[in-house]
Amino acid sequence: MIETVLLWVFAATALAAAALMLVIRHPMRVALALTATMLSLAGVYALLGVHVIAVFQILIYVGAVMVFMVYAIMLLDVRDRALVRSFSPLIVPGVAAGSVFVAVFAYAVWKTPAASAAVGSPSPFSLQRFSVAFLNDYWLHFELVSVLLVAAVVAALAVLEAGRRRRG
Amino acid sequence: MDKVQMLLATSAALFALGLLGVIVRRNVLVMLMCMELMLNGVNLSIVTFAQQTASAVGAVLVLLVFVVATAEIAIAIPIVLLLVRRKNVLDLDAYADLKG
Repeated sequence: MIETVLLWVFAATALAAAALMLVIRHPMRVALALTATMLSLAGVYALLGVHVIAVFQILIYVGAVMVFMVYAIMLLDVRDRALVRSFSPLIVPGVAAGSVFVAVFAYAVWKTPAASAAVGSPSPFSLQRFSVAFLNDYWLHFELVSVLLVAAVVAALAVLEAGRRRRG
Repeated sequence: MDKVQMLLATSAALFALGLLGVIVRRNVLVMLMCMELMLNGVNLSIVTFAQQTASAVGAVLVLLVFVVATAEIAIAIPIVLLLVRRKNVLDLDAYADLKG
């Protein structure tokens, strides 16, 4: 019972913080709202029984990605005079299309029969099982993803080096 | 409302909010963060579906999405830094003359 209530509370918090992201002006506060969304989603994952994903969500997203984003916000001058209007002119069709998107998805989800007794029950999803499956069955994906990370780091360095060379 | 239905609706709403943010906001950094929000919505739906089958493939897929998101941010932030150093504005409309 308490798990169900907590699940609803975490999901509602995630949605509310995500909605706040659209209306807050200052990028640092947007980053804080996104962090709140990610932490709430980590709570949802933990309540679903996938503690591995919950821990990774906090470590990778909140710990690495958002800290990187906050550093970028601090490096740049966020009090940008050009941003007197914080919304683009596409706001009316954007909001209309987003509402239609949500309505169609909500209708489809509503019509889908609820055939899920397994979800929410504490299935034994252990780190050990995940790690064995990850490094035995999905080792190729693991290696490919490491190559992708190395390529991203090298590309970031190359981009910065190209910019430095252009400035002289 | 069933728990799975609620989670799937939440993930769709998160994705839609992120997409809406990419469309309507003008700040480059805020648009990047809204893209992260879209990835989070997709992750929630993956975890919800994976819990129904009780297999490890969902968790592996979510971890791969994490890594791809990290790589995306690692390459996007330096590009944004270079763009802003060039024109000193964060508004994406100012870079409409980019070609190539």
